[in-house]
Amino acid sequence: MTTHQTTQPRRRNWRNQLVPWLFMAPILALNVVIILGPSLASIYYAFTDWTGMGRARFIGLANFTRMIGDPVYRIALVNNLKWTAIFLTVPIFMGLLGAMLLAPIKRGQIFFRTAYFIPYVIASVVNAQIWRCILHPLKGIGPWLARQGIPWLNVAWFGRESTALYAIAFVDNWHWWGFLVVVYLAAMQAVDTQLYEAARLEGANRWQEFWYITLPSIRPTLVFTLLMTVIWSFLVFDYIYVLTEGGPAHASEVLATEVFNAAFGRFEAGYAAAVGLSMSLFCGIVIAIFVALRRRGWEI
Amino acid sequence: MIRRRSRRVRSLAPNYVILILLVVFSLGPLLVLLSNSLKSPGEVGRNPLGLPREGLAWRNYVEAWRQGDYAVTIRNSLIVSLSTIVGVCLISGLAAFALAKLNLPGADALTMYFLVGTSLPAQLFLVPLYFIWARLHLVDNLLGVIIIYWAVYSPFAAFLLRSYMVSIPSDFEDAARVDGASEWQVFSRIIVPLTWPGFLTAGLVVGLWAWNEFLFAVTFLHRPEVMTVTTSYYNFAGRYGRDWGLTSAAAIIMIFPVVALFLALQRRFIEGLTEGGLKT
Repeated sequence: MTTHQTTQPRRRNWRNQLVPWLFMAPILALNVVIILGPSLASIYYAFTDWTGMGRARFIGLANFTRMIGDPVYRIALVNNLKWTAIFLTVPIFMGLLGAMLLAPIKRGQIFFRTAYFIPYVIASVVNAQIWRCILHPLKGIGPWLARQGIPWLNVAWFGRESTALYAIAFVDNWHWWGFLVVVYLAAMQAVDTQLYEAARLEGANRWQEFWYITLPSIRPTLVFTLLMTVIWSFLVFDYIYVLTEGGPAHASEVLATEVFNAAFGRFEAGYAAAVGLSMSLFCGIVIAIFVALRRRGWEI
Repeated sequence: MIRRRSRRVRSLAPNYVILILLVVFSLGPLLVLLSNSLKSPGEVGRNPLGLPREGLAWRNYVEAWRQGDYAVTIRNSLIVSLSTIVGVCLISGLAAFALAKLNLPGADALTMYFLVGTSLPAQLFLVPLYFIWARLHLVDNLLGVIIIYWAVYSPFAAFLLRSYMVSIPSDFEDAARVDGASEWQVFSRIIVPLTWPGFLTAGLVVGLWAWNEFLFAVTFLHRPEVMTVTTSYYNFAGRYGRDWGLTSAAAIIMIFPVVALFLALQRRFIEGLTEGGLKT
């Protein structure tokens, strides 16, 4: 019994160290095989002329110098920035508007919430097809409006270089803004109602209530959605690939479609890895700025 | 003190007007899809946006089911989604238990690592992974994408489940441990039964993501026999793009299970998606 007592704590200590790691083992192993390992490999391949098959030859910074000089890369990067600007404004505004109008409503709130959320749960390929029909240059809403005497919307939205990116952003936003309504609504419902009562006694109007009470109260949620918007805007792929594959003439190309085309269309896996690495860099910079601002004491 | 009523009773009529316009914007296109799915090829050409006036072409659904090879692709998508749900719940449940309950050394650093990892682009690891998977014969193989979904979706589910698990008082587990239960028994007999709503939420969300997923599916599954509903529909819409009746019926077939399940369990979906959509 005495020997048992002396060995028991040590054995249990060793086991206590090991057991948590056994529970973590599957997620860690999967992460290493699928994400960490290939990501590190990508960093290596970014400095090679790898085609995806055979040997990779080290070529230094050639992929990166090519990237900087490549007009397609520049178009793609600028398109990602335009995308960021669009999604930092339009869906955020629509989300805040919808949530603000919905928050005081008791009758039918669930109905509205559900109606706005449904497009978000539908697959991108379907949403894209819906809008491809509605915005069709011969049979869609444009020609119909033209017959009613409003001709200026009768445009091949996805087929023209000047409109393709914005048309895709419109479709993506259509499925996205309702999600933000639900997120902001949840945040607004957590705001203390006494604040609003006090404001009304002071004679505040709707705008003042929104600006001085609602907005500061939901600021953590709002800032978080802004941060994620920036990150996702650098990753956008589905809607662009499905609707235009980056065309016409690269007019709606973004970094993610360029990686895809380079790797699987042109078999330039090394160059694709370099572009993918640059995407990660942009996301890393955004996260770093966010963390730095927070450390500086910004309440975000 | 008598509480004064607010001086003006604010009318909600303007709210309703704008909210209803937003509903039209949100659901209108889906109604167009539904009504187009019931138009014959002739009618959809004459009347592409209005309601069907020349009878309902239910045939579109039969045709779409056959031409779209839905017997195969729905089966594939079900295999992928269900395997993703089961795998992710198991993998993330174990991880969440370790993070929430087992004093894992370095738990904060690991959480941070997974948080950063989930916001990195798939394009960072996609290309080498494809060529590794090609060597392992996991391209054109449902298991190949299932494993990827396990890896990509588990961190989200682990965070979600951890938040459920930390709220369970440790008295329950401690009592079981005193009785000689192993940590596995604590996990499977106490923690899982107490946090099953979390597992349900996580499962619904990752099931939805797997059903709708496009990038990995289009990259890793090329042969028609292994295509999921999304990639198959993408090809189908390209091939039959002119026959809106057919493509719309095919779209309704693939979104119907999702929308029905969403409407039935929307509270869970919304909880999981708003949590997961923002924290991953």
